[in-house]
Amino acid sequence: MSALLHFLVTGDGVAAFFRMGGYAAYVWPAYALFFVVLAADTVAPRLRRRRVLTELRARLARQSARQERKPPSTPASP
Amino acid sequence: MASWIPLWLHKLGSPPTFYRFAGVLQPWAMAMALLLGAIGLYGGLVLAPADYQQGDAYRIIFIHVPSAWMSMFIYAVMGVASFIALVWRIKLAEVVAMESAPIGAAFTFITLVTGSLWGKPMWGTWWTWDARLTSELVLLFLFLGVIGLYHAFEDRRQGARAAAFLAIIGIINVPIVHFSVNWWNTLHQGSTVNVFGQSKISGAMLWPLLTVTLATKFYYAASLFRRARTDLLDLESGKDWVRRIAEGEAGR
Repeated sequence: MSALLHFLVTGDGVAAFFRMGGYAAYVWPAYALFFVVLAADTVAPRLRRRRVLTELRARLARQSARQERKPPSTPASP
Repeated sequence: MASWIPLWLHKLGSPPTFYRFAGVLQPWAMAMALLLGAIGLYGGLVLAPADYQQGDAYRIIFIHVPSAWMSMFIYAVMGVASFIALVWRIKLAEVVAMESAPIGAAFTFITLVTGSLWGKPMWGTWWTWDARLTSELVLLFLFLGVIGLYHAFEDRRQGARAAAFLAIIGIINVPIVHFSVNWWNTLHQGSTVNVFGQSKISGAMLWPLLTVTLATKFYYAASLFRRARTDLLDLESGKDWVRRIAEGEAGR
């Protein structure tokens, strides 16, 4: 509670908080890395999911296009 | 399969059921992770007092130690899932094992870098080849080895089996990481928190530490659910249930 009391009483708590007792150069990069790595871990599967579904939809579209083009026995050659 | 295993567990092992189950739980797990993480980090960064020896530099503990615990916990989960995958050939166990590896690698990487950032002001060095640090680095290489071996095969399931084997062999490293501070003289401090017995840490510092630890557990669950769902869509992309999902989300 002392840090909170200090913050409420003196008001200079925000600056002191960010100074981290002189260790800001070590504490904040550590926290930044923690959040950046976990954010990347959160975003990566979302992007992959979008890619997987897009590919699957393209494959399904190709399949249905092939079925509509009848008769299927003669492949079109250029 | 043995008859003593309840039916719902069989059903949960089927990809479409697990996909739905994980989809329901994932947002709740993520919400718990964010809530507990915010409470724990507020407690650790604002409420907890500075350390009498290390000043405010010790506050790295609130992410370093939970990440280190997660690196070992996730490896253990990966090892158990790998064993199940190799013995019973359950597809979901392969997915859980292989999708745990990147999350475990992320936490191990965080552990090493935050430890380095903590070591520089306190020990006077970014890195030293002592037992704790080296065995944790080996843990990172094991995670990366599992990921690499998994992706080295054209056939995904074959790759999963090869990587599962490596994961099982690598389990030997988990107790080495844990007991390294007792077995060897290291620069790294010993255990501060003891599950059995008295912890060597004040309560004002302990509760934020345990709250962040719980938050990382929920985070792992959320991330694993998200990754497993995506992986199941990829592995089962020929099946009807995946087609229905792809067509259902076509509008987006």
